[in-house]
Amino acid sequence: MTGGVLIVGASQAGVQLAVSLRDFGYDGAITLVGAEAHRPYQRPPLSKAVLSGVSDVGSLELRTPAFYAQKKITVLLSERVTEIRLSRTGAAGSGVAVTDRGRALDFDRLALAVGARPRRLDVPGTDLDGVCYLRAIDDATRLRAHLASARDVVVIGGGFIGLEAAAVARSQGKNVAVVEAAERLISRSVAPEVSEFFRRAHLRRGTDIRLAATVERIDGDHGRVRSVRLTDGTVLPADLVIVGVGVVPRTELAEQLGLACNGGIVVDEFARTSEHSIVAAGDCTVMPNPQTGDGLVRLESMPNAVSQARVAAATLVGQPRPYTDVPWFWSDQYDLKLQIAGITTGYDQLVWRGDPETETFSVLYYCRGRLLGVNAVNNASDYLAVRKALATATPIHADRAAAGVPLKDLLVAAS
Amino acid sequence: MPKVTFVGTDGTQHTIQAAVGESVMATAVRHGVPGIIGECGGNASCATCHVYVDESFAALVGPPNDFEDDMLDLAVSDRRPTSRLSCQIQLTEALDGLIVTTPEEQP
Repeated sequence: MTGGVLIVGASQAGVQLAVSLRDFGYDGAITLVGAEAHRPYQRPPLSKAVLSGVSDVGSLELRTPAFYAQKKITVLLSERVTEIRLSRTGAAGSGVAVTDRGRALDFDRLALAVGARPRRLDVPGTDLDGVCYLRAIDDATRLRAHLASARDVVVIGGGFIGLEAAAVARSQGKNVAVVEAAERLISRSVAPEVSEFFRRAHLRRGTDIRLAATVERIDGDHGRVRSVRLTDGTVLPADLVIVGVGVVPRTELAEQLGLACNGGIVVDEFARTSEHSIVAAGDCTVMPNPQTGDGLVRLESMPNAVSQARVAAATLVGQPRPYTDVPWFWSDQYDLKLQIAGITTGYDQLVWRGDPETETFSVLYYCRGRLLGVNAVNNASDYLAVRKALATATPIHADRAAAGVPLKDLLVAAS
Repeated sequence: MPKVTFVGTDGTQHTIQAAVGESVMATAVRHGVPGIIGECGGNASCATCHVYVDESFAALVGPPNDFEDDMLDLAVSDRRPTSRLSCQIQLTEALDGLIVTTPEEQP
């Protein structure tokens, strides 16, 4: 391969970057290189439909081989880029990447869509058979096989991955305990009151939830997991342990290139890294909060990967446009569909719509009267209305929202 | 293997050999059929896979559930009687020959 755009990471962001480059009329070479053996696929269903067996892994494929061929996108799999050097003499942004197979890939422009790896739990016993992480197809396949024969499942980590996996396991009739180190569930993403809703919802369905609980070690027999011991002395029986304690962005290549990293590869609203000729997108990045322009946020989500990749592609073809999409997210747990729109950190007021006990409700987040976002449970209507309000900068006043009228009526009234 | 035909607003047609059990949206996206985005991956969360089901298949495909109905109400620009989110239409042998039209724009 010579020249063109090299996209490191055959991820959702990587594929979107390639597709968007073609959509924007780029006609140079595009090479997508990824370390996994599978053709690029969607990750969100891994902890949902794939784990439960509703979908098989084949359904995750993002594009067919024929599509890549037709779009002249070269996809290199099972090949990890280990080193990247920028050219000192060539055009700005050009250089060469070297893979673990010893192949050298020249590029005119570089895009990093390298994603994140699961954070490893640092306690004795994580190497026992029956201790699983969940990030890639191979993890999901292994976990699904373990789950089929498991009786007692301990989930370490009460974030989205942990709770989704717990819900699947409990729905299959397993005894399930969730161990969370923080005082509440999904604490990085939702208000304490919403965490409490999810705690109660899991309890109602028979899942044991242990908050402010720390794992001391995982014990086993003959190399197989047997139990999880907490620091307070509690011993939870386990023949399967699912670890979901967050992810760590893969910043090694960016650091090698001297790019600014701060809990992720730092990019601006144009998906440009500190070396402006290099773009990055997806879970590996941190960027200014798109709603306020402040600080740095890492949006670990498929929608962000897609949005940011489009922005990155536009930057690469010289038609830069800033990131303006409203961040959104979803999680499926049992029959509960949580949909989140907007970034809600820094809120000072919550407006509840509907009774959480009915498991159909929404919570609107405000800061000094300004709508920041929504958490909607089994309430697509409120989720969409807020998403639309944020996208179009249409205000929804807190007192009107609290009155219980359909939010879409408020949108119509305001437009 | 059911066949699905996607008709664009300009009349261009793409006919795809789909797999039973796969959604109409996933079939379109994997093959790069224009006009269907499927941003949320088939989760009825984005409404970017809106299609109009051909009249002759409308009864067989059936109506949306309440959740999808809300999405269609709020998220799509031009809802019509046979509007569906194509991620919620699972393909079966009975749907062989299905024809859907993509809308002018996806949200």
